[in-house]
Amino acid sequence: MLRFAVAGLAANKVRSALTMLGVLIGVASVILLLAVGNGSSVAVKDSITSLGTNALTVSSASSRGSATAAKKLTVEDAKALATAADAPSIKSVAPVVTTSGTALYGNVSYQPGQIVGTYPAYFETANLKVDKGDYFSADDVLNSRKVAVLGSTTATELFATEDPVGKRITIGGTPFTVVGVLRTKGSTGFNDPDDVVIAPLPTVQNAFTGFGSVNQILVQASSAESTTEAQADITRILMGTHAVKDATKVDFRISNQTSLLSARESTTRTFTVLLGAVAAISLLVGGIGITNIMLVTVTERTKEIGIRKALGAPRAVILGQFLAESTLLSVIGAGLGVLAGIVGSHFSVVGIKPVVIPESVLGAFGIAVAIGLFFGSYPANRAAALRPIDALRHE
Amino acid sequence: MRTAKPPVIQIRRVTKSYGHGDAVVHALRGPVTGGGEPLGVDLDVAEGDYVAVMGSSGSGKSTLMNILGCLDVPTSGRYLLDGTDVGHLDEGQLALVRNRKIGFVFQSFNLVPRTTALAQVELPLAYAGVRSAERRRRAMAALGLVGLADRAGHKPNQLSGGQQQRVAVARALVTAPAMLLADEPTGNLDIRSTEEVLGIIDGLNARGRTVVVITHEDEVALHAKRVLRLVDGAIVSDVRQAPVDGPPPALAAAGVVA
Ligand SMILES: Nc1ncnc2c1ncn2[C@@H]1O[C@H](COP(=O)(O)OP(=O)(O)O)[C@@H](O)[C@H]1O
Ligand SMILES: [Mg+2]
Repeated sequence: MLRFAVAGLAANKVRSALTMLGVLIGVASVILLLAVGNGSSVAVKDSITSLGTNALTVSSASSRGSATAAKKLTVEDAKALATAADAPSIKSVAPVVTTSGTALYGNVSYQPGQIVGTYPAYFETANLKVDKGDYFSADDVLNSRKVAVLGSTTATELFATEDPVGKRITIGGTPFTVVGVLRTKGSTGFNDPDDVVIAPLPTVQNAFTGFGSVNQILVQASSAESTTEAQADITRILMGTHAVKDATKVDFRISNQTSLLSARESTTRTFTVLLGAVAAISLLVGGIGITNIMLVTVTERTKEIGIRKALGAPRAVILGQFLAESTLLSVIGAGLGVLAGIVGSHFSVVGIKPVVIPESVLGAFGIAVAIGLFFGSYPANRAAALRPIDALRHE
Repeated sequence: MRTAKPPVIQIRRVTKSYGHGDAVVHALRGPVTGGGEPLGVDLDVAEGDYVAVMGSSGSGKSTLMNILGCLDVPTSGRYLLDGTDVGHLDEGQLALVRNRKIGFVFQSFNLVPRTTALAQVELPLAYAGVRSAERRRRAMAALGLVGLADRAGHKPNQLSGGQQQRVAVARALVTAPAMLLADEPTGNLDIRSTEEVLGIIDGLNARGRTVVVITHEDEVALHAKRVLRLVDGAIVSDVRQAPVDGPPPALAAAGVVA
């Protein structure tokens, strides 16, 4: 029976190949698009957990319905958090200002993604490790020294293969001495955490932002378990410094990495589902292609069906023959599609490294074969139900 | 005319019409009553008989043959094959009847395209569930009987019309059916091929097989033991040329069978 099916398909090579191509594209796109979606969610997860699960970010937010403008976060807030005696859950505090500017080294000019002014605690809290040189110290902060630690991307852009440590660069007219280069964290596909310059807070404030507010305060909880406790402590202390009485009207927002993680995850999940839906449609179109081809095949071979029935072919044999053909089409098409999908997932798509979901491979293959059976059964049934004389008269 | 056994074919008041209302065509109707009602065709064919069905084009010969071969169903009336009413058989049983009891030969050969002569002849055996080695042996024997043993590997487009029809005959007789039905088997053949094919059919009848053959050539009808004439869907004459249990007339005349 399989031999007959192969012969039947071989009789119309181009047509069979095109039908298989339809299934192939369907299966490959399901695997590949789901892999891209999954890859991006893995990347997001990695980037967020790499920030450290103990980290809490405090940022300013205007409270809803409040008439007064939100009070910005200040270095004093950070100091209040750092010095609070009754908050054992807070391990370290780093106020953060961010700005942008152009860095110059010799005649090389480059604009890093972010210029960050902060305290040394930032490095540990944000899970940043130094690769060459060293972090700047608390002493550097106290003395507003013009020193900087570069992210690996910024370092390569400015220095290429040269060792940046000890070299002097100019950012927005202010000279900085490079004291360290950070280890590469890797791109998440959306932003590059390695494209930064990090310098002592007062230095950056002095040169760029002024001594007003800070953008964020990065707080490290003493452990991953105590983040909720730390969140409560931060709220309590900052309500004090901001003179807010009503807990529902706070003018700051605390986000921890787990909440950020789940928010980002749900976005990427939506993204994955969307991609999957597109892929599923192409799989369906492939299935309709099978029906179409099998209908043509049945019509074309109606007379042959009549001959076979006149010779006493039972209904099941005719049915089996056409089902075997359509199933073979979909099995080969789906098999090649799996191959194409897996090969294709080795290339990164728009900066995202696809991560194949094993279930999607099995699922896509299974669905394609089921589609072959399902969509093939209509034409096959039609062929098998023909009366011999009607089939024989067909020209 | 002694027939010990009951007739293989018994047809009672069979009619076949196509279309509806004013456009209705009575392809088979038999005698018509005064009121214009078709009474249907009655026909008995004894085992071992060799019947030629003649009549002008459109007289209903093929319609009758398709009903006899269980390829088509009558509009009304009963058809008993070996005593069984085929009208009561389901699809699977009909497939079995077509496979085991009937060998059908068509005017247009109706070979399966792109399939070798051997595979063609093996087909009915495959549907009967015969195993591959046995199938091959019997198919080769059938091809040998029609003198085409050396053409087993040829596809239809590599065979002449006469050879194709002989393959079709081999295919019809390979399951050793009791009945061979042939609808103008020589209609598309030249004189020499006609003689070859008729020779084979005569031989099959001499060995006891019931044969019904449609033709409009008198020379072909001379091979039969009994000649029916159809006009407008009714049998108008029924002439016996030789006894049922004797040899077919052509062989008797040639003195092949005593
Ligand atoms: N499928 C059909 N639909 C309509 N009319 C048909 C069909 N088959 C046969 N007929 C009509 O039935 C009559 C008998 O046809 P047929 O049995 O093929 O004649 P014959 O074989 O004697 O030439 C003809 O008038 C023909 O037009
Ligand atoms: Mg005819």
